[in-house]
Amino acid sequence: MKRRFVETIALALLRGTAFAVLLATILLIGSIVRGGAGVITWEFLSATPTEGMTHGGIFPAIFGTICITLLMIVMALPLGVCAAIYMVEYAGSSGLARVIRASVNNLAGVPSIVFGLFGVGFFILFIGRSIDRVRGGGLLFGQPAMLWAAATLAVLVLPVIIVNTAEALTAVPRSHREASFALGATRWQTVRRVVLPQARAGILTGSILSVSRGAGETAPILFTGCAYFLPRLPIVHLGVPFTGLSVPMVNPLDQFMELSYHIFIMATQSTDAAATRPIQYGTTLILVALTFILNLAAISLRVRYRRGLESR
Amino acid sequence: MKSSAMVTPRPAREAVSNASPAKVAFGGVSFSYPGRQALSGVTLDVPERRVTAIIGPSGCGKSTLIKSINRIAEIGTEVKVEGRVTIDGQDVYAPGVDLVDLRRRVGMLFQKANPFPKSIFENVAFGPRIHGASRAGDLDQAVERSLRQAALWDEVKDRLGTSAMELSGGQQQRLCLARVLAVDPEVILMDEPCSALDPISTARIEELIEELRERYTVVIVTHNMQQAARVSDRTAFLLNGQLVEVDDTETIFTTPADRRTEDYITGRFG
Repeated sequence: MKRRFVETIALALLRGTAFAVLLATILLIGSIVRGGAGVITWEFLSATPTEGMTHGGIFPAIFGTICITLLMIVMALPLGVCAAIYMVEYAGSSGLARVIRASVNNLAGVPSIVFGLFGVGFFILFIGRSIDRVRGGGLLFGQPAMLWAAATLAVLVLPVIIVNTAEALTAVPRSHREASFALGATRWQTVRRVVLPQARAGILTGSILSVSRGAGETAPILFTGCAYFLPRLPIVHLGVPFTGLSVPMVNPLDQFMELSYHIFIMATQSTDAAATRPIQYGTTLILVALTFILNLAAISLRVRYRRGLESR
Repeated sequence: MKSSAMVTPRPAREAVSNASPAKVAFGGVSFSYPGRQALSGVTLDVPERRVTAIIGPSGCGKSTLIKSINRIAEIGTEVKVEGRVTIDGQDVYAPGVDLVDLRRRVGMLFQKANPFPKSIFENVAFGPRIHGASRAGDLDQAVERSLRQAALWDEVKDRLGTSAMELSGGQQQRLCLARVLAVDPEVILMDEPCSALDPISTARIEELIEELRERYTVVIVTHNMQQAARVSDRTAFLLNGQLVEVDDTETIFTTPADRRTEDYITGRFG
């Protein structure tokens, strides 16, 4: 009798917590959608902020977010995948491998503001200023820029990519590696032709998840490149020699606006925070939607990957 | 179909002791993994173009014995090898041995069929490709020849592009054999190749082994005494990492010299 009573209580508690999580999510998304859906118009998505950010759109922030995310993934993905391949396929369980594994795990636990400060100290003041000194002719690299912000974010998402890639590599059956070695393949041929093709979907899923983590971060870019207000886009027109034409190109040395930072600025730094509230909601909705789409993409990839494995 | 071989004993073959030169030779080989010795002092000649069966109870070192020939046993672990394992007189553990070349010469079929999750064609073409073949004509030729040799061509010739994972277990194992044959090995190692297969698929593999002995040196590890009796010319009995006895299969199964061999093949232990 007593056991059954405890069982009922336990079930009620567990079910309650599960519903609490669900409820919190619904409330959060609900309030964002309710507050933000009304301001989403074509103009909101395509115009620049005006009148102290109380009017206009958020296009420069959307553009900046997309640019910096792409730049981040271009930097982090090759580095992370290579490190994971080394860890799983080459290093085995040697002392060096253990040290690398430990530092990756530690890197994953560092608060993001620390990455922001590291970005200023390492990328801007050390690397950037060094380049400027060698180059001569004033400050160009040694100041906050999209390049450094993306590099800082890349360091932040590196552990996510490494861990996910390592997991995808480890999931490839040992028997396939053995078969490859037994046919006379070298280690690299085995990685390149047997392991990577099978791990590709898993690696892709991991990197998309890392993008959705990085895209929403504010702290790492706070000091490294994002701008309070920049009505123009970080674009430079490069002349094509002998043609007289000029091609617009994203300028990685320019500053940029970014969605999460834009929300932070409007909420805390605006002269009229109350007047920016609808825009804050709208911006948040767009940011959440972007991350949500990326997560959906990762999930559908994973589902397709699993299904692919089963049919094999 | 020669599935009748399942029930009637194979006609006696000419005695092979001293009739064929040793292709692979073990000279006092001791092999240990960290904290575990798998082989101790094994001396064994594997005659060329013959089928040699290795029998013995689980954990007696059968797999290690054959995996020490193509040096697959050492992957992902540390091993200590004493004595000499030679192919055509060359020590495979000598410093400077090219593992890629060694493993091209010594192919291996595993306990469980392990085709790559690629197309049938790509599975067979894998070996030639990693060894540098790239001309489409050469690859087509190698794939067809190997699949024919593995008696799989007629079943798959119209669907070379489909995934190897759609084949049955027996077909997968024959595909793995074709994959091995495509790199033109001299020695083929088989680690209980039929243990996961049904009797009919097993019979087909055994027929293939019969054909392979004309061109290749085959070493097969098996748990199945009847299989050893059916397919092999020589049989070696291994117990606790030591070679108890090796002789013509006929002799081992009729008049074994060692009491332990007799006990094992008559099913008194193991």
